[in-house]
Amino acid sequence: MASGSVTISSDRIAQRFAELRRANRRAFVPYVTAGHPDVARSVALLQGLESAGADVVEVGVPFSDPMADGAVIQASSQKALEQGVRFDQVLEIISRASLAIPVVLFSYLNPLLRGGADALQRAADAGAHGVLVIDLPLGADPEREAWFGDGPLAFIRLVAPTTPQERMRAIAKTGSGFVYLVSRLGVTGVRDELPPDLPETVARVRAATTLPLCVGFGISRPEQARAVGRLADGVVVGSAIVRAADESVEAAVSLATALRRGIDGE
Amino acid sequence: MTSTQPTDRFGAFGGRYVPETLIPALDQLEAEYAAAQQDESFRRELSTMLSTYVGRPSPLSDAPRLSERVGAQVFLKREDLNHTGAHKINNTVGQVLLARRMGKRRIIAETGAGQHGVATATVCARYGLQCVVYMGEEDMRRQALNVFRMRLMGAEVVPVRSGTRTLKDATTEAIRDWVTTVTDTHYIIGSVVGPAPYPRMVRDFQAIIGVEARAQVLERTGRLPRSVVACVGGGSNAMGVFHAFVPDADVELIGVEAAGEGLESDRHSASLTRGAPGVLHGALSYLLQDETGQVHPAHSISAGLDYPGVGPEHSFLKDSGRASYVAVRDDEAMEGFQLLSRLEGIIPALETAHAVAWVAREHARWTPDDVVLLCISGRGDKDVAQVMDMGILDT
Repeated sequence: MASGSVTISSDRIAQRFAELRRANRRAFVPYVTAGHPDVARSVALLQGLESAGADVVEVGVPFSDPMADGAVIQASSQKALEQGVRFDQVLEIISRASLAIPVVLFSYLNPLLRGGADALQRAADAGAHGVLVIDLPLGADPEREAWFGDGPLAFIRLVAPTTPQERMRAIAKTGSGFVYLVSRLGVTGVRDELPPDLPETVARVRAATTLPLCVGFGISRPEQARAVGRLADGVVVGSAIVRAADESVEAAVSLATALRRGIDGE
Repeated sequence: MTSTQPTDRFGAFGGRYVPETLIPALDQLEAEYAAAQQDESFRRELSTMLSTYVGRPSPLSDAPRLSERVGAQVFLKREDLNHTGAHKINNTVGQVLLARRMGKRRIIAETGAGQHGVATATVCARYGLQCVVYMGEEDMRRQALNVFRMRLMGAEVVPVRSGTRTLKDATTEAIRDWVTTVTDTHYIIGSVVGPAPYPRMVRDFQAIIGVEARAQVLERTGRLPRSVVACVGGGSNAMGVFHAFVPDADVELIGVEAAGEGLESDRHSASLTRGAPGVLHGALSYLLQDETGQVHPAHSISAGLDYPGVGPEHSFLKDSGRASYVAVRDDEAMEGFQLLSRLEGIIPALETAHAVAWVAREHARWTPDDVVLLCISGRGDKDVAQVMDMGILDT
């Protein structure tokens, strides 16, 4: 029975991308920090994003020292922590949102390690389908990488513009669900321009793997999302959604609707 | 001892827990460092800089009045006499030379007390490199003179206002900068922390402390010390003085952490004494954290020890039993600060004062024949204003 649930959990992301591919559509992947602005609104936001047409949602696990995040997500993380949102509460939020679309945990390593040996299974039971660990690059820790790779969740791995071609191939081989391309050097955050070398970097990732490819970091506006959607299988938008959620759930959902339309070219 | 371990680890500790973007830069740094170690001209330039600019070898002072107080033969390794007043510059010179080899013209650094920031600004001025130092706003207040020194030498000091506004957050902010600028910027980490190869490389650059001290103690006393004592924040002066003695099984190695307002108070920086293994700033090591893996803010009267993590090699030395780690409270460190000033005419840094205080407190463990090597990691000029404001001489 256990192995049955393992398959169902991690395959949901692959299924979603296969459906999108058949329909010739690109995935819209919003990011939210769990517990931001507060627990109740976090649940409402997740449900609102699903209604706005998200295909997959990334749920950030708050961490005290988010070295890969810019000011917006760092502040949201801090706010969530101040309200007592930890790994267990993140799972509760996911469970309460009860979404039909796949959920990917976006986390730093330490809160997951402290979640215990059954952390990934508990996440799967709560309704998560994938996990992305921002500070666990390939080769950093084979034992813990295997824990993620062999677990019940799809193990989403990251590649960067600085990643050499051979390494991209090796990274993709250990991942599942999709590959997350960090679009640029730097931390998460809203930027005016897409990096000029993005098409070239995307081509390098394509040459390295057949997994679906999502691009994130710095994408905030519908026209940017549309441009990225022409290159990739999915578009991740984080800081812009989080910033809108600071204002209200409605503002974030309305931005999500606009981004969905942008990606679909409407 | 570690020959069967992967080179990025000390036992289970260390590693490279960083965003993917930084991996090629760490690979490049590791390769460049390995090549530099084999390169005669690099070694010669480093050695020349250490002798003609830093002022090495640093002296080993005997400490007759402190020795009498303690009841043992105490020797002081005088890193406080280095240019810029602390051991930090040993590492900074080495890493600036590496940055030059890699063609990187922009240098970033984090700093707590400001000693590493000052050392970095100094060597950058010497070589004409752009220098940006991240410093917590709280530390900038505590160490205003060091902020001025850095700016005087042409460095930009960026206040860090996130989190606890201390060394932890300055380090996080420096990593954020590096993720963005990695192609033309070298990050000079100031302690034996961070992702591989930093902990090993910084230790190697600091190991000259122990190499010199071991030879100096042998020459003066004809034997090895019974104890080697150093303060531990991130742990670079301690690793530097310990390293040469690790194979000398009879020499006890003692690292003194900051117990702040007391180990039971929740306001301390004793990562090894009270923490648990966890991942912060790129390495797995002992860490002050809560049961959910959030980093617990550290506290110490000395900005340089005010850090919730510690170098991974210290975690390894602790678990293997080769070194022991103890802790000294803020008020005891204040006593140590005055004690060395009055007995030896040496005003130590508040960080160093923790090690001084421990030696004074634990005097009963030694006999008059025992040799104790105490690393004076830095001088206390930077702390004098802070201590004066506490009114210790007013009674």
